[in-house]
Amino acid sequence: MKRRKLDVKQLPAKAAGELDDRFQLASPVRKLLTKVFPDHWSFLLGEIALFSFIVLLLTGTFLALFFDPSMTEVHYDGSYAPLKGIEMSKAYESSLSLSFDVRGGLILRQMHHWAALLFMAAIVVHMGRTFFTGAFRKPRETNWIIGVLLFWLGFGEGFIGYSLPDDALSGTGLRIASGITESVPLIGSWASFALFGGEFPGDSVIPMFYILHVFLLPGILLSLIGVHVGLVFMQKHTQWPGPHRTEHNVVGFRMFPNYVSKQGGFFMLVFAVIALMGGLFQINPVWMFGPYKAEVVSAGSQPDWYVMFLDGLVRLFPAWEIREFGFTIPAVFWPGVVGMGIFTMLPLLYPFIERRLTKDKGHHNLLQRPRDMPARTGVGVMSLAFFVICTLSGANDIIADKFSISLNAMTWAGRIGLLVIPPLAYLATYRICLGLQQHDREVLAHGVETGIIKRDAEGRFYEVHQPLAEPDEHGHTHLEYNGWTVPKKMNRLGALAPTLKGFFKPIEKPAEKPAVEPGEDREEITAGKN
Amino acid sequence: MTVAATSRPPRRRFRRLGKVLRFIAALSLVGAIYTAFAPGIYADEPKGFTAEDIAKGKAIFDQSCITCHGNNAQGVDDRGPSLIGVGPAAVEFQVNTGRMPMARQEAQAERKTPMFTPEEAYFLAAYIDSLGGGPAVPKGVDLNDLSNADVATGGTLFRVNCSSCHAFSTGGGALSSGKYAPSLFPATPTEIYQAMLTGPQNMPVFADNQLTPEQKRDLIAYIKYIQNDQAQGGWDLGAFGPSTEGLAIFLVGIVALAVATLWIAGKS
Repeated sequence: MKRRKLDVKQLPAKAAGELDDRFQLASPVRKLLTKVFPDHWSFLLGEIALFSFIVLLLTGTFLALFFDPSMTEVHYDGSYAPLKGIEMSKAYESSLSLSFDVRGGLILRQMHHWAALLFMAAIVVHMGRTFFTGAFRKPRETNWIIGVLLFWLGFGEGFIGYSLPDDALSGTGLRIASGITESVPLIGSWASFALFGGEFPGDSVIPMFYILHVFLLPGILLSLIGVHVGLVFMQKHTQWPGPHRTEHNVVGFRMFPNYVSKQGGFFMLVFAVIALMGGLFQINPVWMFGPYKAEVVSAGSQPDWYVMFLDGLVRLFPAWEIREFGFTIPAVFWPGVVGMGIFTMLPLLYPFIERRLTKDKGHHNLLQRPRDMPARTGVGVMSLAFFVICTLSGANDIIADKFSISLNAMTWAGRIGLLVIPPLAYLATYRICLGLQQHDREVLAHGVETGIIKRDAEGRFYEVHQPLAEPDEHGHTHLEYNGWTVPKKMNRLGALAPTLKGFFKPIEKPAEKPAVEPGEDREEITAGKN
Repeated sequence: MTVAATSRPPRRRFRRLGKVLRFIAALSLVGAIYTAFAPGIYADEPKGFTAEDIAKGKAIFDQSCITCHGNNAQGVDDRGPSLIGVGPAAVEFQVNTGRMPMARQEAQAERKTPMFTPEEAYFLAAYIDSLGGGPAVPKGVDLNDLSNADVATGGTLFRVNCSSCHAFSTGGGALSSGKYAPSLFPATPTEIYQAMLTGPQNMPVFADNQLTPEQKRDLIAYIKYIQNDQAQGGWDLGAFGPSTEGLAIFLVGIVALAVATLWIAGKS
């Protein structure tokens, strides 16, 4: 019998051929693998959120194997001595055993929590990138809306997950959530009763939250993330303006092998950072908080960072209680319900508000530099200032205590700061943007500052400028600003010998002789005397 | 005076007077029974201060404390309260933690290096005790060896009574107008006991009929247990809860990954 020779090299091609014969994969896969993505560091921020979501799914699945969302009262009999014999819910007990008695449980719980914080942080940073570069403009308004919805879903998913262990800290947060629900006129009490299955805290909220947390919300998140990424594929990624880049093309690298290997590596880096944080930094030590009891509360109770702005807003809002027509509207209604409503709707509608104000109805695939849209950049910085002041006020008792400031002073600083700082931030940003624009135009007209000071025969000092094109008789160059980086340093014009490639160490041998000998082949810079 | 009151028959007036008298009698009886049977708030055991201790204490007092607390510790308006009846536990707590003498008048005296030795504090305590008695740490409570105390009970008591100001981590927290609940980390078991007994500054008193000496011991054992316990799961970031965790995710997580994006995008 003749032995068949196995050609290893031909194996992948043969296997792919067999698959293509059956499923007709070649053309869609080719289209996918040859898809071009523009390359810029800021386009990778959204991926941090995507990859931390994958880590959340992986670690969350492990936790779900051991967590029991039951409100049955048990007496703790695990390895953590200070809680021995204490009565607690099964949910809290299983969180403790997950932390202390399940192999690898603690690091995976911590990774899950850090990944959640990273997910939300990356969403905010990615959202900032999209906002400041105008990437949300037509045709990408839908994806902006989906992104904002993803933030709010992550907000809810995170808050619910934080409540699941039924510890005293998250129970305090839940109590605040129930208070905010109750503050709504007319339906408040009934809404809270519906949420908690009767009087707070009841015993139905944790099992209900569990199914929301592990099934419903992740399902919606996953499908929205799918649509979000799918739309980026379909509508193509935006790119910075630059040489050969137009509204109708994409300049970058192909999906395979370049983009895939970069993304694969980046996923591992994100995973590594989450694993390192999970292993090195303690997060949410539920054993220290004890089981939730309505009479237990701690100083320095805060929600996770992405909820802290709401806590801060509630802390800052004056205690104005309105009693009219037999109804009471407590103060917490304004920041907790009205404020949240505004924070949800304004970002959702922003692309349309801006379109209306700028009357720009065009189709945009090229990004804008933040300086070229001073009003938008100002609004963004203003919102960020508002958000940061609210968030800091959410921890104002910790700041007051550790920096020996009166808590009352912190509250008033927050109140005044919330009204004064955002408009100032808008004005400052607007001026800075105009200044940067002006400097771009200045360099285009006069050239790059060389740092060489000369003195002419009359004793006048002037700085020598390197024009970016052939100057006219007045020493001016007439260059159009094209929305791209204007070189501001001589190094950018190749004044230095090219740097060696390599991030940590050079990956090529330095040339024996510099490519250009200074003073030999180069002319002295003399042009552009003004 | 109304017509109805003057025309009221005298019999009814006497009946009403009788009612009041009976009520007063009943109240006095209950009060007497309570006084007879209820335990004293502070165990009245002899504290063992000698006349010599008291004299030494008075000498220190007249030199270092009299400016604010006045002659015979009777207090000075707007400067320092009267110390009559505060008891030796309060004196030893304030002096041994360096809170007294105060550096200046402010929202709250802070813990600092003590000005007096523990022996001098003892003399001061003897002098203040001689002026009007007051609570002292009972001799029978062993605070040196807490190994047989019940930390689980202590933990429950801590979360119900203490964490609302001193926080779950025992690291302390802010109160209004610059006042604060201090961190319990530097406090010794005796100081914690004295603080519960006397309620220094803004702290409420947890007398023996609120927390028994045994419960106080359990509480102290819990505080010291979690302070000496290793931080499970890595560095606790100062144990401030979600605020420093939020800081860490931006300073460590986002910064590290932003550098990673620069690295990856720079590799083209």
